[in-house]
Amino acid sequence: MSERSDSRQSHIRNFSIIAHIDHGKSTLADRILEATQALTKREMKEQTLDAMDLERERGITIKLNAVELTYKAPDGETYIFHLIDTPGHVDFSYEVSRSLAACEGALLVVDAAQGVEAQTLANVFLALENNLEIIPVINKIDLPNADPDRVKKEIEDVIGLDASDAVLASAKTGIGTEDILKQIIDRIPAPTGDPDAPLRALIFDSLYDAYRGVVVYVRIIDGTVRVGDTIKLMATGKTFEVIEVGVSTPKIETRDALSVGDVGFLTASIKSVHDTRVGDTITYAERPAAEPLPGYRKMNPMVYCGLYPIDTARYDDLREALGRLELNDAALQYEPETSEALGFGFRCGFLGLLHMDIVQERLEREFNIDLIATAPSVIYKVKLTDGSTVDVGNPSEMPERKYLEEVSEPYVKATIMTPNDYVGTIMELCQRKRGDFKNMEYLDDNRTNIIYDLPLSEIMYDFFDSLKSSTKGYASLDYEMDGYRVSDLVKMDILLNGEKVDALSVIVHKEFAYDRGKAIVEKLKELIPRQQFEVPIQAAIGLKIISRSTIKALRKNVLAKCYGGDVSRKRKLLEKQKEGKKRMKAVGSVDVPQEAFMAVFRMSHDD
Amino acid sequence: MTDQVTRGAYIHIPFCDHICYYCDFNKVFMKNQPVDGYLDALAKEMAYYAAMGPVKTIYIGGGTPTALNEEQFERMLSDVSHYFGHDALQEFTVEANPENLSGGKLELMKRYGVNRLSVGVQSFDNELLRTIGRAHNAENARDTIQRAQAAGFENITLDLMFALPGQTEEMLHQSLETALSLNTPHISIYSLQIEPRTIFYNRMKGGKLRLPGEDIEADMYGQIIFTLEKHGLRQYEISNFSRSGYQGIHNSLYWHNEEYYGIGAGAHGYVNGKRYANAGPVKKYISLVGKHGFSEASAHAVTVQERIEEEMFLGLRLMRGVSQSRFLQKFGRHIKEVYGNQINRLKSEGLLEECGDYIKLSTKGIFLGNNVFEAFLLS
Repeated sequence: MSERSDSRQSHIRNFSIIAHIDHGKSTLADRILEATQALTKREMKEQTLDAMDLERERGITIKLNAVELTYKAPDGETYIFHLIDTPGHVDFSYEVSRSLAACEGALLVVDAAQGVEAQTLANVFLALENNLEIIPVINKIDLPNADPDRVKKEIEDVIGLDASDAVLASAKTGIGTEDILKQIIDRIPAPTGDPDAPLRALIFDSLYDAYRGVVVYVRIIDGTVRVGDTIKLMATGKTFEVIEVGVSTPKIETRDALSVGDVGFLTASIKSVHDTRVGDTITYAERPAAEPLPGYRKMNPMVYCGLYPIDTARYDDLREALGRLELNDAALQYEPETSEALGFGFRCGFLGLLHMDIVQERLEREFNIDLIATAPSVIYKVKLTDGSTVDVGNPSEMPERKYLEEVSEPYVKATIMTPNDYVGTIMELCQRKRGDFKNMEYLDDNRTNIIYDLPLSEIMYDFFDSLKSSTKGYASLDYEMDGYRVSDLVKMDILLNGEKVDALSVIVHKEFAYDRGKAIVEKLKELIPRQQFEVPIQAAIGLKIISRSTIKALRKNVLAKCYGGDVSRKRKLLEKQKEGKKRMKAVGSVDVPQEAFMAVFRMSHDD
Repeated sequence: MTDQVTRGAYIHIPFCDHICYYCDFNKVFMKNQPVDGYLDALAKEMAYYAAMGPVKTIYIGGGTPTALNEEQFERMLSDVSHYFGHDALQEFTVEANPENLSGGKLELMKRYGVNRLSVGVQSFDNELLRTIGRAHNAENARDTIQRAQAAGFENITLDLMFALPGQTEEMLHQSLETALSLNTPHISIYSLQIEPRTIFYNRMKGGKLRLPGEDIEADMYGQIIFTLEKHGLRQYEISNFSRSGYQGIHNSLYWHNEEYYGIGAGAHGYVNGKRYANAGPVKKYISLVGKHGFSEASAHAVTVQERIEEEMFLGLRLMRGVSQSRFLQKFGRHIKEVYGNQINRLKSEGLLEECGDYIKLSTKGIFLGNNVFEAFLLS
């Protein structure tokens, strides 16, 4: 290859930023964009990399993003930086690992007051597995309670990195940015691939564009990809002709080719993101690489729930909306489902609860569809007395007890990092959630790592919140899947007005069934408004009623108030009341508000 | 002439020397307010509306109209009667509070043609009166009403309240008995609603307000209807009871979906198919009237659909109900063509009844009126 492109390759630096939520990743990315003058200050909306509204609101990054930046270093040389953003939540750890695999280095951003958190730790280990050079950055040093020396020591003790050169920074004010850029150049190695070898490009993200089809984000490991090349996706075996390649600066710039070390996008009239799975390798159709890049894994949903339109007439709109989201979200799965109580809807599979929340919120916000979401469920592996096995992801489909040989549920290995003071509290919490104590490691003088095996269903919903609230926010959590185990689980049905409401059924551990049934029944009594008739609420296991309560009949709601001639006021009150009813679902003869369906889940996991 | 006259005039006096804990009407402490400037503006605004045509009813409400001193009170009555008084006026009501209804004011009202008093009693239980922040006591209230009757006011209505914090059914019963013993031909009785921007609202948010709750409220309402009807006061609207011939004519304009002038700060009016609200703050009101002669701050041209909806959710508050023939005459469509499904459903739920030409609330429907009214919103 020519000297010029060799020299280009030697000036490329590919890196990610690893940080715990709120430790300042997006702000730091903004400072780097500014320093490389990718955007003028005026063009910058704060936190440019988080493009979707939802991301900015929640302070998390959902969709990965990669930008190419040109940096004129003080040494006179011009460098090409590729900054690859990573999502910051356990639901997306596979995607994080793939975007890290696209880099040679990573900035490890740690809050100068809060120190290392379990989530950060998990991602640092992912980065180390991918042989990344890690540059520690201690951020928010301008905060009054900043303690950079303690945090340095933590980085050394807990992660085992040399933190003597850690950059002290404040991404908010720009302190330390120059130093960070210098370390990126000095410490992160240039890409080492062979530009003349058969193409190997790692897919680390893709998104759907209505005009161009799927836009695939790639890191070129070996070879070069040009417009007009016929490419093959090694996992799915599909071939396409490349129509467009380019980079984001963060404005979109098309190029003739992407070569070793480049991070950019390509389009090839690909219709579905499901053809371009994250972690897959793109190669030439004619001259394929011998081996795909390592680490590819098909992502399987971990959590399922039913989504139903409140207005049954909007079923088709919901299907269309899910189809549109699916184009952009390879991890989302859905199939039609019918509920006696809720009518026609979809059973949807998600990577985790955050993923589920995001999809629901996008459906409501972007597509304007009011939804009922049933309680999320894990996949139970059910062995029947006839020797066969079935997967059950919808509690109402759990076979009757007499046909069950045994039921297994997914477990996770949870790693909780906490100040020593809270060890007792956390162990109590884990016990309550049916946890199995595994191990405890003292990380330093005041921090402990506690490892528990926990049923996934127990940590799905509020475990993280309980953990945070019982430790004043100090404990942090990471978890990984850890196979299935046999448990003593039963299906609990809820009856409203004597009718079983399939969408309210939950799977609970037998030992907790009585208490949870009682809690659910009481919660429903609180949430379901009075109707024109008395509504009994019952919790039942099989035919046995284990708890019961009653919603009294509506007695008086007429507004006996003097409004003078203010008719608009009366009208508004009535409109508000009508609007509220629209957000309820008629289940048999009972109007049930949306929250009730989620509350069942919430309650079945509280104590 | 009076046959064509269908409008009424509502005139608002926003001043109070005392603020009640539940009140969310437009009102201010009277102290340091430009009361005379307000009365000037009020006269100017009355002139503006009087030019649009005469009225059959006048209602002066507040705030507290009787909080004005006698000089201001006379000036106000004289202006009102100048612009809107005429021989065929059917009803001229003034709201009066027991603590400031002096003999002088009673005499002035007689002189200027006031023929109906609405006395804000709320309760005859002294502890409850303190709880809700009223300035008078039960003794004042009884005394005021008897003085008014002695002064020749026979058409008097009492305002009472129920579902008050700490109120028991027994306390309510006592108040009803006292009210009935005063032998007024009309009683209005309202249930307490906690509205934003009231003292009670803030207490409730702080968890410091204990209300009787829906079941007791329903029991109380049942007791009220039973007791008043037993004593010859017929319920003719959700909150209003009267002897025959004493139904409030002005308030009935609202329920019949007729037009009325809204005059004064924060008053609402309905004129030439347009509903409007006047500016609320006194100084803003004075300045707007100074500039334009009226004080409209927001207005909405009522669409046909809204007019139809209002015909129903206002009209159904009347026990008599909504006349099907009048509906047809007003809108050129049969009521069942517009609301057939709703009416059938509500009838099957036992909330509505059909009685000759009239569609009306059933006994159950009176209690669950909001379920009924809501059904008549078309969108």
